[in-house]
Amino acid sequence: MQRNFRILIGIILVAVIAVYLDLPSNPGIPFVNREVKAYEGLDLQGGMQVMLEADMPNGQAVTSDQMDAAKDIIEERINGLGVSEPLIQRQGENRIIVELPGIKEPELAIKTFGQTGLLEFIDSATYIPEGTIIATSGYTPSSSQSGTDAKSTTTTANATTPTTGSATAAPTASGTATSAAAGTTTGAGSNTGTTTSTASPVYKTIMAGDKLKSAEVTFNQTTNQPEISFVLTDEGGKIFGSHTAANVGKYLAIVMDGKVISCPIIKTAIPDGKGVIEGKFTLAEAKSLVLQLKYGSLPVPLKVIENRTVGPTLGQDSVNKSLLAGIIGIAIVMIFMIVLYRIPGLLADIALLIYTVVVFALFKLIPVTLTVPGIAGFILSIGMAVDANILIFERTREELRAGKTLGAAIEAGFGRAWTSIRDSNISTIITCIILFWFGSNFGASIIKGFSLTLGIGVVISLFTAITVTRTFLRLLVSRSMAGKTHLFANIDQSS
Amino acid sequence: MDIINKRVWFYLLSLIIIIPGIVSLAIQPGLHLAVDFTGGSLWEIQFKQSVDVAQVRTIMTNHGYGDSIVQSSGTNSVIIRSKELQAGSETKTAIEQDLRAQFGEFTQPSFQSVGPTVGGEVAERAIWAVGMAALGILLYIWWAFRKVPKSFRYGTCAVIALLHDALLVLGVFSILGKLFNIEIDSLFVTALLTVIGFSVHDTIVVFDRIRENMGKEAGLPFETIVNHSILQTLGRSLNTSLTVILTLTALVLFGGVTIRIFALTLLIGIVSGTYSSIFNASALLVSWEVGELTAPFKKLFGSNSTTPKTVGN
Repeated sequence: MQRNFRILIGIILVAVIAVYLDLPSNPGIPFVNREVKAYEGLDLQGGMQVMLEADMPNGQAVTSDQMDAAKDIIEERINGLGVSEPLIQRQGENRIIVELPGIKEPELAIKTFGQTGLLEFIDSATYIPEGTIIATSGYTPSSSQSGTDAKSTTTTANATTPTTGSATAAPTASGTATSAAAGTTTGAGSNTGTTTSTASPVYKTIMAGDKLKSAEVTFNQTTNQPEISFVLTDEGGKIFGSHTAANVGKYLAIVMDGKVISCPIIKTAIPDGKGVIEGKFTLAEAKSLVLQLKYGSLPVPLKVIENRTVGPTLGQDSVNKSLLAGIIGIAIVMIFMIVLYRIPGLLADIALLIYTVVVFALFKLIPVTLTVPGIAGFILSIGMAVDANILIFERTREELRAGKTLGAAIEAGFGRAWTSIRDSNISTIITCIILFWFGSNFGASIIKGFSLTLGIGVVISLFTAITVTRTFLRLLVSRSMAGKTHLFANIDQSS
Repeated sequence: MDIINKRVWFYLLSLIIIIPGIVSLAIQPGLHLAVDFTGGSLWEIQFKQSVDVAQVRTIMTNHGYGDSIVQSSGTNSVIIRSKELQAGSETKTAIEQDLRAQFGEFTQPSFQSVGPTVGGEVAERAIWAVGMAALGILLYIWWAFRKVPKSFRYGTCAVIALLHDALLVLGVFSILGKLFNIEIDSLFVTALLTVIGFSVHDTIVVFDRIRENMGKEAGLPFETIVNHSILQTLGRSLNTSLTVILTLTALVLFGGVTIRIFALTLLIGIVSGTYSSIFNASALLVSWEVGELTAPFKKLFGSNSTTPKTVGN
């Protein structure tokens, strides 16, 4: 008896804490510096999920270090975008998953973090219009980027690791030797809408972006157009200075990932290692380019193999409807329980409410990202949470019919029903585990969310059905309800 | 009420319900697969005015996506399904420019693009997941019922009942796909796996009672024990399923459009699961025990197996 009271107090305490945590603007947990709030998945608050894969030319394998370096660079670029709570994870040997909740311009974001970001200064005798894709001695455009089949990418030698100094930095004999050796064409007829010459020569790379010390967006004094101002490292400054001094009158094409973004004429020598890239950028494009330059270019070219973008309004609508459906569903179940099982049904309903607040508080604590299927999983688990109670009550009814006293019938009901409850719920838990594996293997966080909400729901429902309802019933029975079996679902033992 | 004795009728009923689904699955395309499995792009565009889908299709063709399927959906919006179109790519930007020029401003409520390799992987993983779930459940039941004689049968019959449910759901969606173009995506696989997990719930309740009655009613024939068990647990089986069905019905009726198909899949699967638990799973145990399952084979081949003795005459 005493014990039951203590358990009851414990339950009430847990419920109160849960309600406190459930409230939307709760001040968090004292002593532990963590905010407690509901994390919304991409389908609820809108956003984008992208899966990138290493796009190695010629079937080369990518190393784990390269992927880690790529992931770090992507993370820094994304932080520069100012997205709150982005998710960047490696997956498998050669993939990276990026989730950007609430992103406003998803397409620009992909360009910012997904592109290699290799900047090159190219020597050119003639003017090359902006937007042209050219082949350089320091860079092979990846097959997806030039928009043609793999067959037609250029075959320049040693062009896969452009950030190492040998082929790109100095305009030495080795640089010219490679460009002479190659001399093949970029693919003709790409359907990307940019102009590609059918037999474009391989241009010589004077210097690459690794010689940049800093870059930032500035505005042209006269035209107010956004530009990119950069400062070179000492070594870069020397190369730049000597090249500009020797080539006044020629063009210096500035190329990003093989695409010309600016092609100014060299007017004078530039010894101080500072310069400005003027091009037809919008402010957003300029910022994107600076982000690509600031943290270095990706060691491995990446291509997008999966992308899902959801606008926010769709999500909000779904939440409201799902919540409404959930409330209606729970209400029907609660009425059902009272009609069928009377007083124990009412107790089970109270246990159900406790269950709901506790599980939701857990979702906020762990935290579990809520998605629309996740909410459905939660609602489903509420429907299943009563199952255990039904099994127990039916069993109790049988025991009462067999002539046991109320107290003994309840104990027998709980005891005998436990094996059925345990076995049937374990099969659901097995499927939740498999679902979690299924979802985590190709970045479907939506499926992961569902399996987590359902799984946690089932586990907690075992607790509330057994402990909470049993404590309620035991307390109730002890208060001399022994003779009033007719309150317990149609059994009249008192006659 | 004697369920076990009438089990042939219930087997027949199951077959009648499943066969149209199987036939539909056999007719190509068996299932309408979403881009999750086939690869490609699904693009929803919300315009501020009504648009002519033919014109949208023309724009897509101009950019090399002539095979796209353009459908109108809701007010002023279209859904374009095409081969893979990458977000942020030059092509998509160019298409957007043309759309904007012709139809004015628009928003993009959703856009998905799945590369071909990923699609194949998802399909493969889905099949693995279903297989592993069935195996996991079979092993668990085998272990849980290890103290009962021939415990392997319990697991197997539960799994057969569960595969019956999965097949039924697939069949229904094959038919729905042909009638209403409803597509199967990775969320469908999630629902299917949930149905599998839940289908055994009721089955285990009955098996549990059989296990208990085997001890209590030891002298009676197996069929009678099983029949008693089913009747005794009928109330609770129906009630437990009813609570879940009620919540799911609320979701189907009142939930948003994104969740409706998902909830419907679960609903169909769980109703089927309840039926198969009560009328099929235990009946299979009995059929196995009395040798009915192998009897048709014995009738077909039984005379052959005795022929060698008489052929020599």
